[in-house]
Amino acid sequence: MNQLSVQHLLGIKHINKADIDLIFKTADHFKEVINRSIKKVPSLRDITIANLFFENSTRTKLSFELAEKRLSADVINFSANQSSVKKGETLIDTANNILSMKVDIIVMRHPNVGACNFLSKHVNVKIVNAGDGIHEHPTQALLDSYSIREKLGSVAGKKVVIVGDILHSRVALSNFYALKLQGAEVKVCGPKTLIPKYIESLGVGIEYNIKKALDWCDVANVLRVQNERMEINYFPSTREYSQLFGINKKLLDSLNKKIVIMHPGPINRGVEISSDVADSEQSIILNQVENGVAIRMAVIYLLAQQIKQ
Amino acid sequence: MFGIAMSKKTLLNSKEIHIILHRLACQLIENHNNFENTVLIGIQPRGIYLAERLATILQNDYAISNIKLGHLDITFYRDDFRRRDAPLEANKTQIDFIVEDKKVVFIDDVLFSGRSIRAALTAIQSFGRPSNIELLVLIDRRFSRHLPIQPNYLGRQVDVINEEKVTVHWKEKDTKDAVYIINN
Repeated sequence: MNQLSVQHLLGIKHINKADIDLIFKTADHFKEVINRSIKKVPSLRDITIANLFFENSTRTKLSFELAEKRLSADVINFSANQSSVKKGETLIDTANNILSMKVDIIVMRHPNVGACNFLSKHVNVKIVNAGDGIHEHPTQALLDSYSIREKLGSVAGKKVVIVGDILHSRVALSNFYALKLQGAEVKVCGPKTLIPKYIESLGVGIEYNIKKALDWCDVANVLRVQNERMEINYFPSTREYSQLFGINKKLLDSLNKKIVIMHPGPINRGVEISSDVADSEQSIILNQVENGVAIRMAVIYLLAQQIKQ
Repeated sequence: MFGIAMSKKTLLNSKEIHIILHRLACQLIENHNNFENTVLIGIQPRGIYLAERLATILQNDYAISNIKLGHLDITFYRDDFRRRDAPLEANKTQIDFIVEDKKVVFIDDVLFSGRSIRAALTAIQSFGRPSNIELLVLIDRRFSRHLPIQPNYLGRQVDVINEEKVTVHWKEKDTKDAVYIINN
C-alpha cells in the first residue's frame, strides 16, 4: 500500500488502518526532513494550495502553512473575517473563485459540520478538513496517534482517556475513530452534560471520576472547555469544573504509574490542566505540535501524488 | 512463463564483483588517503548495499578507520513526482555527520539516465555545502544518459538496449552477489 484509499481527507471515518499506516510511514520521513539544516523538499513545487479558514485558528493554520511551504507548494491564505463571505458570498462561489486561480488543494476549516464533505461534492479539487464545527479534525487525531506511537511504541492495546468537553469537540470524535482503528481502548471523562448521548455506540467507555479514569489509562488527552460553542451553562462554574475534572500535579503524583499527558491546544492553564502538569516531563504537548507539521506534510504529499500531471 | 521469452544473462559473477570492489576501494584510497575529510553516501534504495560493502572492505582490508557512511533517499527530490503510474515510495535517510566542506562520494549500483544522481545532488544540499562531490557506480549503462552526468569511479561499463534491464544482486539481500542483464 503506497496510495491513500481516499481522494480527500474529510475525516478519519472515511479512511482505513492501511491509510493511517501509510500516513505515519510517510510522516517518519518528513520528520527527518524537518530536522535537517535545510528543512525543505521540492516535491510540490508545481502545486498551489489555498488555506480557507472560516473560523479562527492559530496552531492549525500555521502548522498547515509551514507543512505546505516545507513541501515547496505555493500557498494562499484566506480568513473569513476579512473576506467577501461577510458580504454574502456562498461557500461554493468563494471556492470556485479561488479555484479559477488554478488551485490544486484546499485546506478548509469551517464552523459548520459537513462543510468539507459538501464542498468536495461540488468543486473539483482535493480537500483537507482542518476542522468542521463539532464534527471532525482528522489531522489532529492523526498527529495525536502518531505522538502516542512515538512515545509508547504503538497505539494498539493502549488505554486512552479523553478528558473534558467531549460534546463540542471535533478532536474527540476524530480521535475515537483513529484510536479504535488502531486497536486502542478509549474512555471519555467529563461532566455528564458535556458527554454526548449514545457515545457508547462508538465503542467508547464513560468514566465520570477523573481519578478512576487516570488510574485506568496509559494516556490522557485533555481537552479545553469550548465556551464559545456553548449557548447555555453546562456546569455551574469554571472553578467547580477545575476542581472536579482539572488535572494537577497532586492528582498525577497520586497515581501509581506515569501516564502520558496530551493536549491539542489552546490550553487554558489552571482550568483543565495546571501549569506544572502541562510543563511536566510526562507531557508531550510540544511534541504533538512538532509532529503536526510532519503529519500534515504527509497528508498533503499523499493527496498531491494523486493529482496527475 | 506463458510463452514470453525472458532471457537472463550473467554479466558479473561473485568473484568478478569481489575483484571490482577491491579495485574501486583502492581507487578511492588514491584520491582520499585516510578519508579524514571524506564521506560516503549510499543512494537509496539499492546503492546502500554497495556503499556498505565498500566501507567494510576499506575498514577490514585496508585498515582505514572511522569511515563516515550515510544513506540518502532522493524520493522527495525526483523530477517524476505525479508523472508516474505507480506512486513513489520513500526510504530512510540517515546522515549522522556534517557534510559541510567535506568531500562527498555518491555510491549507486547502476547509472542509467542520471536523473537519480541529479536528484541526489539537490538532496545533499539540505545537509550543507560539500567541498566537492564524486560519483562511484558498479555498472555504467553507456549511451543511455538523459543528463550530462558521468561517474568518477566505475566497476564495469555496459552497452545494453533500453528494453534490457541491469539488476545487481547482493548476498545480504538476494542470497548471492551477481549482476544480470535481463531481456523481457
